[in-house]
Amino acid sequence: MALKLSPAVLILIATVLIVVLPGLVLPSPYYYRVGALVFISALAVIGLNLLMGYAGQVSLGHAGFFAIGAYGTAILPAQLGWPPLLAAATGVVLAAALAFAIGRPILRLRGQHLAVATLGIGMLITMVLNAEVAITGGPDGMAVARATVFGFKLRAPETWYWISGGLLILGVVAALNLLNSPTGRALRALHDSEVAAEVLGIDVTRYKLVVFVAASVYAAVAGAALALFSGHVTPDVGSFLRSVEFVTMAVIGGLGSILGSIVGAAVLVILPQVLTVFQEYETLVLGVMIILFMIFLRGGIVPGLAARLTARLTP
Amino acid sequence: MSILAVDGLGIAFGGIRALDAVSFAVPRGMIFSIIGPNGAGKTTLFNVISGIYRTTDGTLAVDGLDVTGLRPATLASLGLSRTFQNLQLFTRMTVLENAMTGRHRHESRAILGHLVRSPATRAQERRSRELAMACLARVGLDGEAGRLAGALPYGAMKRLEIARALATEPRLLLLDEPAAGCNAAETEEIDRLLVDIAASGITIVLIEHDMKLVMGISHRVLVLVEGRVLTEGEPHEVARDPRVIEAYLGRDAAHRLVEAPSYA
Ligand SMILES: Nc1ncnc2c1ncn2[C@@H]1O[C@H](COP(=O)(O)OP(=O)(O)OP(=O)(O)O)[C@@H](O)[C@H]1O
Ligand SMILES: [Mg+2]
Repeated sequence: MALKLSPAVLILIATVLIVVLPGLVLPSPYYYRVGALVFISALAVIGLNLLMGYAGQVSLGHAGFFAIGAYGTAILPAQLGWPPLLAAATGVVLAAALAFAIGRPILRLRGQHLAVATLGIGMLITMVLNAEVAITGGPDGMAVARATVFGFKLRAPETWYWISGGLLILGVVAALNLLNSPTGRALRALHDSEVAAEVLGIDVTRYKLVVFVAASVYAAVAGAALALFSGHVTPDVGSFLRSVEFVTMAVIGGLGSILGSIVGAAVLVILPQVLTVFQEYETLVLGVMIILFMIFLRGGIVPGLAARLTARLTP
Repeated sequence: MSILAVDGLGIAFGGIRALDAVSFAVPRGMIFSIIGPNGAGKTTLFNVISGIYRTTDGTLAVDGLDVTGLRPATLASLGLSRTFQNLQLFTRMTVLENAMTGRHRHESRAILGHLVRSPATRAQERRSRELAMACLARVGLDGEAGRLAGALPYGAMKRLEIARALATEPRLLLLDEPAAGCNAAETEEIDRLLVDIAASGITIVLIEHDMKLVMGISHRVLVLVEGRVLTEGEPHEVARDPRVIEAYLGRDAAHRLVEAPSYA
């Protein structure tokens, strides 16, 4: 019998290769920095994809939870003298607790209504970050204490490349495990038919809350990593634009595709860097490319390419 | 004791009484059919019984337990399952995953175990897969396990809905027009499948327009017209009832049928 790898294992192998291969050959700290940003964004987008792509619940406030992770990591050491890593973990717990508290009333909404409600949450969070100048530094943001592990300060881009790459791999493993479990099937089921899911004994309300909290944890872990990596946070990390960017990454890469989340994040982080050669036309070219992606690879880059490939392979 | 008892059930949509004082009881192990013209309220009745629509008008009991107003997921845990007239498959999931989703109420919901894919989760997944495959085999879909449910032909989708419902291990199975849109051969298959399911001890409540199918396999038939029970009885009694024929074909046709001896 031939060795047959499950799709989940193939996705995991691809992720490990995406992290490890560039990591061995990148020429300068600048590239490691971009790589780390790709992985951090991808982690947040995987969370959003679980919520939007798999469970079908829209969020336009994902960056709000990203910001809670980032600011928890920044504020607790500055105000209370906590070690940065403990602060990061606490930020993640806070994001999860907030998602749990507001998830129940909000997830009763559907479609555009849910989109607008989550947008409101994101706006509230950035509003607080902007207004509480004494604690958050207001619009200028605040410095983040560097994390130390065994007396070793984590600051080199290369170090953060490997840390965020490792977090991404962990995030992919957890997402794949979840998706191929009773919980994952419940999430995908309620996306296609809530009524059929209920009739099979699936507590739809509970699972919507579960995936909302899970998405917020992914976002907050990514936000905490960004804060520790960049050493400075501003309310921009939680802005509406950032939420839209996460949605765009998820959609361009492919809703309902874990690899798509990584590819979508890579495209939107790397392209603007490459397109600086177009100078003032940079944004224009980026916009046109996004439109072309959506037209020619409907369903996103990864599912779109996969569909074309299978169409070519099967006569 | 009857496995399902419906008493004085009614529901209205914006002043229109879709169901009115509907009462009947289904004894265990039967194939109990509900027939009636289009718009009679048959699907609405299933929606009320399965908890999708809630009403305070009348009572429902499953196995002697009052279940009026309970949620669909709670009713599922009591052993009630159903299929849908307008298919409600999980189209983006594979055929096997659809059937495995039917196992949900028997599976552990400990999310931590799912996240790390613990040994217990793995063992449970293996078991769910085996049992789901057995249900697929029962409806002849085990060869399509890896296909996307949304890519199946219509007849196969109908059978997948039955397999998914069977995977819940129901005591009571509500089937809403399982043979609709099926050709003669497919209907024949459904016929055999239903008899097989009933023989395995699962009580079936069947909504179906195919009279040959209904009259062939049902133990009892209830006729619903404009939200009310017109009559209930053994298939041969119902088939001969002039009021039933009238409800289906109109008054004149009914008289002609009853008067012509060749139809008696
Ligand atoms: N959610 C609803 N809102 C408003 N009216 C409804 C609703 N559900 C059902 N009805 C109405 O109730 C009546 C009964 O419909 P139902 O679907 O139960 O009929 P049926 O007997 O299943 O018919 P068919 O044989 O065509 O499937 C119809 O007049 C329908 O329009
Ligand atoms: Mg109907």
